[in-house]
Amino acid sequence: MGILDRRSDLPLKGDASSLYLPWLIAPMVFLSAVALAGAFILNGLITRWDRDVSGTMTVEVSTSPGDAAESAEPTRKRVEQVLKLLDGTPGIASARALSHEQLVALMAPWLGTSDVLRDLPLPALIDVTLKPDAEINIEGLSQKIAKTVPGASLDDHRRWLDRLIVLSRSIEWLAVGVVTLICVATAATVYYATRTGMAIHREVIEVLHVIGAADAYIAQQFAHRAFILGLKGGLLGLALTLPILGGIAFGAHKMQGGFLADLSLPMTGVLAVLALPFAAALLAMLTARIAAHGALARMP
Amino acid sequence: MPRQKSDRQNVVEFAGVGVRYGYGPEILQDIEFSLPAGSFHFLTGSSGAGKSSLLRLMYLAQKPSRGRVGLFGMDTGTARRYQLPALRRRIGVVFQDFRLLDHLSAMDNVALPLRVAGAPESDVKRFVPDLLSWVGLADHLHAKPPTLSGGQQQRVAIARAVISRPDLLLADEPTGNVDDQIAMRLIYLFEELNKLGTTVVVATHNQSLVSRLNYPQMRLADGRLHYV
Repeated sequence: MGILDRRSDLPLKGDASSLYLPWLIAPMVFLSAVALAGAFILNGLITRWDRDVSGTMTVEVSTSPGDAAESAEPTRKRVEQVLKLLDGTPGIASARALSHEQLVALMAPWLGTSDVLRDLPLPALIDVTLKPDAEINIEGLSQKIAKTVPGASLDDHRRWLDRLIVLSRSIEWLAVGVVTLICVATAATVYYATRTGMAIHREVIEVLHVIGAADAYIAQQFAHRAFILGLKGGLLGLALTLPILGGIAFGAHKMQGGFLADLSLPMTGVLAVLALPFAAALLAMLTARIAAHGALARMP
Repeated sequence: MPRQKSDRQNVVEFAGVGVRYGYGPEILQDIEFSLPAGSFHFLTGSSGAGKSSLLRLMYLAQKPSRGRVGLFGMDTGTARRYQLPALRRRIGVVFQDFRLLDHLSAMDNVALPLRVAGAPESDVKRFVPDLLSWVGLADHLHAKPPTLSGGQQQRVAIARAVISRPDLLLADEPTGNVDDQIAMRLIYLFEELNKLGTTVVVATHNQSLVSRLNYPQMRLADGRLHYV
């Protein structure tokens, strides 16, 4: 006799008080899965951004006056000035000017790859890599660059990244709050369904009590039933979630190389989402057990 | 089920017990009695005299409004909740309205006390069909109670009450729905159990049954208990 068809002394199968539970738990698990997946994706994104920009800086050198052809040589000279300055700065491992092709590739996700873009006077960018654990006075270096090469500016990415991280963390906490609320709502639903079921089967419970059934014996039957219904609802909710997550993965794949590149769910996130039906079933089981024990304690 | 024979202590002891429902008058007043192990008693009284309430106190489905109810030497008023199931497993109860579980077969109904006590399924398969055969229901092992007649349901209820060879058997009108022949057969079953040490209390209206068998009679009248 398997866990799903365990013998029950109480006629709980098909009970009107709990028949709708899977249909309530399914959307709960669906919402939890979406919130959880969002939180994991966001966390992965932040971690990647943080890792990518930590230990790097960018110097932007504005184009010299004139059209693209006229300004190319003066701009190149100013870039070399900056590279020379950076070369003599302690703590900098390397400084490399991006080629025009690389600049066009960076802009491609937003502006495409048409020939018009190739003729645009794009500012020069210098990718600066810092030595590990280097302590550099960013403010001082920034002023020095601006003074030595007018129109050049240093960006250590922190300002926008910090704001993004704060925003992302807020969204993560929001997701945690949503999941917590969903858990509370699920537990409350199961609690009242169990209490209703106990009221419906009060006479049977009395008989079981009289013949010597301990509270745990009776509560376990409600808990087992809640587990089965929770699992059914959870799997249904998961089935609803998979197309959504598949859609996000497909969209992320389409955006490959862009600013929001790689929106895929990390393996820990996949496991967490897959575990949700079982978590819902366990929550339902524990709640039903607590509800049943509470009601039984008031019986003689 | 094998069981050790009870010693000769009092199985039931009531002292100054009163029962009232809500703010109404006491339906049982100053009930004082004790039942020695291995005794057989009839409990009589008119309808509404409180026989069922007295039995409910004995099988721990109800708490007294006042007084002390002792079972097997334990004061049930001060017993911890976790101790009660073990006490109840020593009591077999035949309800007036049978209280069979309609969704379970006759066999599963009778097996309940064994399963609740954690007995192995081999015991269930060994004892339950035999007992159901003994009460004349060999052909109805898998029948659900709603498909059985009143008398058949009553016999299932009795089989459920005695399957675990209880130390105390409480029967509320156990012969109310059966003919005289079956009634006497059931009483003989109670007597057999009694000879093996079970204390028996049979609540009944059936005066011919009471007078035919020479057992002490406790009579409830005006909320008080009288020995006849």
